[in-house]
Amino acid sequence: MPGRITRDDVAYVARLARLRLTDAELDTFTQQLSDVLEHAGDISALDIADVPPTSHPYPLANVFREDTPVPSVDRGEVLAQAPVAEDGMFRVPPVLGEAP
Amino acid sequence: MSDSATSLEGWEVVVGLEVHAELATRTKLFSGSLNQFGGEPNTNIDPVSLGLPGSLPVLNRQAVELAMRVGLALHCTVQPSVFARKNYFYPDMPKDYQISQYEEPINVDGWLELPSGRRIGIERAHLEEDTGKTTHVGGSGRIHEAGYSLVDYNRAGVPLIEIVGRPDIRSADEARAYVSELRAILVAIGASDGKMEEGSLRVDCNVSVRRRGDTDYGTRCEIKNVNSLRSLGRALDYEAARQVDLLESGEKVTQETRHWNEEEGRTHSLRSKEEAFDYRYFPEPDLVTLDPDSAWIDAVRESLPALPAERRHALAERAGVEPAEVAVIVERGLDALCIDAIGAGADPARVITHAEHNLAVEGAAGLDAAAFAALVGMETGGELTATQAKQVLAEMVDTGADPKSIADARGFEAMDTGELEAIVDGLIADNPDQWHKLCEGDQKLTGFFVGQVMKATQGQADGKVVNRLLQQKKDG
Amino acid sequence: MSDARSIAEAVRSGETAASEVVDSSLAVIAEREGEIHAFNIVLADEARAAAEAIDRRVAAGEDPGPLAGVPVALKDNICTRGIPTTCSSRILEGWCPPYDATVATRLAEAGAVLVGKTNMDEFAMGSSTENSAFGPTCNPRDTTKVPGGSSGGSAAAVAAGFTPLALGSDTGGSIRQPAALCGVVGAKPTYGFVSRYGLIAFASSLDQIGPLATSVADAALLLDVVGGHDAADSTSIPEAHASLAGVLGEGVSGLRVGVIDELSGEGVAPDVLHRTGEAAEALSAAGAKVEEVSVPATTYGLSAYYLIAPAEASSNLARYDGVRYGLRVDAASTPEMNEATRTAGFGDEVKRRIMLGTYALSAGYYDAYYGKAQKVRTLIIRDFATAYESYDLLLSPTSPTTAFALAEKTDDPLTMYMNDVCTIPSNLAGQPAISVPFGTGDDGLPVGVQVLAPALGEAAMFRAAAVLEEAAP
Repeated sequence: MPGRITRDDVAYVARLARLRLTDAELDTFTQQLSDVLEHAGDISALDIADVPPTSHPYPLANVFREDTPVPSVDRGEVLAQAPVAEDGMFRVPPVLGEAP
Repeated sequence: MSDSATSLEGWEVVVGLEVHAELATRTKLFSGSLNQFGGEPNTNIDPVSLGLPGSLPVLNRQAVELAMRVGLALHCTVQPSVFARKNYFYPDMPKDYQISQYEEPINVDGWLELPSGRRIGIERAHLEEDTGKTTHVGGSGRIHEAGYSLVDYNRAGVPLIEIVGRPDIRSADEARAYVSELRAILVAIGASDGKMEEGSLRVDCNVSVRRRGDTDYGTRCEIKNVNSLRSLGRALDYEAARQVDLLESGEKVTQETRHWNEEEGRTHSLRSKEEAFDYRYFPEPDLVTLDPDSAWIDAVRESLPALPAERRHALAERAGVEPAEVAVIVERGLDALCIDAIGAGADPARVITHAEHNLAVEGAAGLDAAAFAALVGMETGGELTATQAKQVLAEMVDTGADPKSIADARGFEAMDTGELEAIVDGLIADNPDQWHKLCEGDQKLTGFFVGQVMKATQGQADGKVVNRLLQQKKDG
Repeated sequence: MSDARSIAEAVRSGETAASEVVDSSLAVIAEREGEIHAFNIVLADEARAAAEAIDRRVAAGEDPGPLAGVPVALKDNICTRGIPTTCSSRILEGWCPPYDATVATRLAEAGAVLVGKTNMDEFAMGSSTENSAFGPTCNPRDTTKVPGGSSGGSAAAVAAGFTPLALGSDTGGSIRQPAALCGVVGAKPTYGFVSRYGLIAFASSLDQIGPLATSVADAALLLDVVGGHDAADSTSIPEAHASLAGVLGEGVSGLRVGVIDELSGEGVAPDVLHRTGEAAEALSAAGAKVEEVSVPATTYGLSAYYLIAPAEASSNLARYDGVRYGLRVDAASTPEMNEATRTAGFGDEVKRRIMLGTYALSAGYYDAYYGKAQKVRTLIIRDFATAYESYDLLLSPTSPTTAFALAEKTDDPLTMYMNDVCTIPSNLAGQPAISVPFGTGDDGLPVGVQVLAPALGEAAMFRAAAVLEEAAP
């Protein structure tokens, strides 16, 4: 199994998840996540390379909708809930870079 | 730095293209709002395409069918597939993850045949959803200088097929040919409108260079923002030259994503591999396995029209030429007309020539194959010169009249050689300097004399005969 | 207040007015809600208006449906059009969905009257309803104790007599554990039995909506109304289900019941084990063949769950980014705004699980954590399948203990997670389970026992639950 989760690991996942942590939070969360992952060590140790993974508990296949339009939701109703709207669009601060 | 002055001598360019095409469905990939954007913002939206809490995706059957059409047209294997989530934050991505296919795509292992006859491998062609559109406000609309941005989700959730080609392309011309061919296929099978300039067909290029003879690939860069066939060629030429420059001066190519700037005619770095995103792909729990049965796959395969490559082969075989020579004719949809005209007894070479040079540009709507064959027959029978035939053909397309009556009305008849010879002799006498230079070997002057003959005969002379006469006079 | 079935009968026949039923529900709420805090919002005016509409329909000779005039409470992670739906999170405070969840639509069509949205652990992450941004809910049986969670508000609303019926959601035990701790019936159906459309996702492959009620019959009635196929949820099971309310009297004679070894030993309090033993005897006395059975992989359930659920949650909760709805904390750029919003909007437990899940999916760790957990899930399904070759139903405690004191476990996440040890395996396997009150523990607080069934085994499960309800001490 992988080594213990480090403070750097926690800082990395916090950044990936767009969360900001104080130094004290970083310490606390590192300890707590480490405890949980240590408990999960029992499955990391299992030798189950040949067992297939389950991602859906009730396997279904080929569920479709027909290509039939439904009315759009009302823009006004949706934009009324937006933190900031302008010209029928959602307004955000500068995005800084292209999408990945 | 790099420009066309850089020589690629001794180098080989290796290109793999990833093409995103919007599928021509009525509604979005996972919800029922219209697949329509560019108009009034945020008017084709629903809980799913806005990523509202509690909303769930349901797969559009028609999008799957179109994806299968693409896969089968590209000779792929259609296989059971699984949707996955690709996680990253960006405001035009309503759920902050994109539903795509990752480890198990719907189509794998196909190929596309270029008009040259070369086959480019297709690694996969998978389904995924499009993002919304972000407009940058202030700073002249430039992303890095904008004061703020506005997001429109009309495009969010529009079905895309991503066609990932293998790195089999070896030049910018070949890359252009690949994209044109792919576009022709997508349009022919009704999967996409294929409009590159409008963004419904988007091309990302992976480019590397290596010394001729090397078998290992060089370090590649990915080029984004190539929005036309012309940009594609320019961007690839620029990028190949840039990489060759680096390597020849002893530097290394860094694996990175680069942005093509059409105005400046260069690429610039967007981000390097070290900053690569950790997308945390995992199977999309809200969707189930997609596993089309063989009956469905067979039905889709049977419903496909003849594809450009097959049509090129069919016409080329009928006309006794190479498939590459009839590429334009097939592209313009004139192949059936040609095959029928040849079937009606017309000379294949003349049919191909007329179709490529006289019909491909203006089109041939409503032209009857039998009438076309009759025209070619008049030409090969000596009743019309090539130039006359061209004029008659143009009028046939315009009016739908038959070639005989058009030729009669215009008073066309092939000139006899005696008359022509007299005209040629007169021209030689009137232009002694030009005649002298032609005899000395200045071939450009052949054109001058042919032109003069045509002028004197109002285009009724047969160019081939004039050429032959000039040669005889020279030799004599 | 009487049970849902009697209320609906009385309202449909015109014997009782829905308005009176709703007024009496609101009166009980007015009396005790201050000390319990079961609701994030009470919809008094809307409920009265809906009840009057039902009364008008009855007067006009129409049948408003099988839940005519019955007050219901919905967990606050179920979308209701135009009514705030918050998941007890600051990040969604004040958000009004522009659409209804399928279950909300089905309840309205059945004549039920929505009385309020119930408190919960933030985004359903917790086992005590203390992780709510709006303060904890107290257990109506003893207000110094937690009601369990995450559907603590729904369990408390039913236990306090505010509404005879409530819907909760169960990802790792979030209906059954609070039902046990509050002394009510709570069921998690087969995954795909009830539409998730409009249920705000915590862990999509585990989440199921289910009923909380004062009786097994009412739970069956509610499940009959909200269950069944829904084209808006791709994971909804197409096969229609039989009426559960109709099978309750059939008993358990001839059924084979296995008591799960691994969930009935270490880590479970003696008083709870004692009641589980009595429940086994009760089933035996009613004609079932009861034996002990081993389902070995269930011991790995907790580990697998605390990798899978946070992984899915980390992705499901990415959309709370301050762009389209809910909270925004402004900043100089969008990435900073996303970060500021999420940092201010999520509580610690949610942050903990998002980070845990992000880690389990991140480059280099996927195979060791998430991938492995998905394989363990297969082992659990296989071991259950083996058990169900010999048994029709399985039995275990619902929760290892009775209700614990408020603030007792909030500092230690792992200890809190242990509450779910008996309930998690059913979620991982996508199978149904129901918690039925069965006497009290040494502290006088309710004990719940859990009946587990194979996928779509709800009918036998409800039959056994009815027998246990009848036999409960």
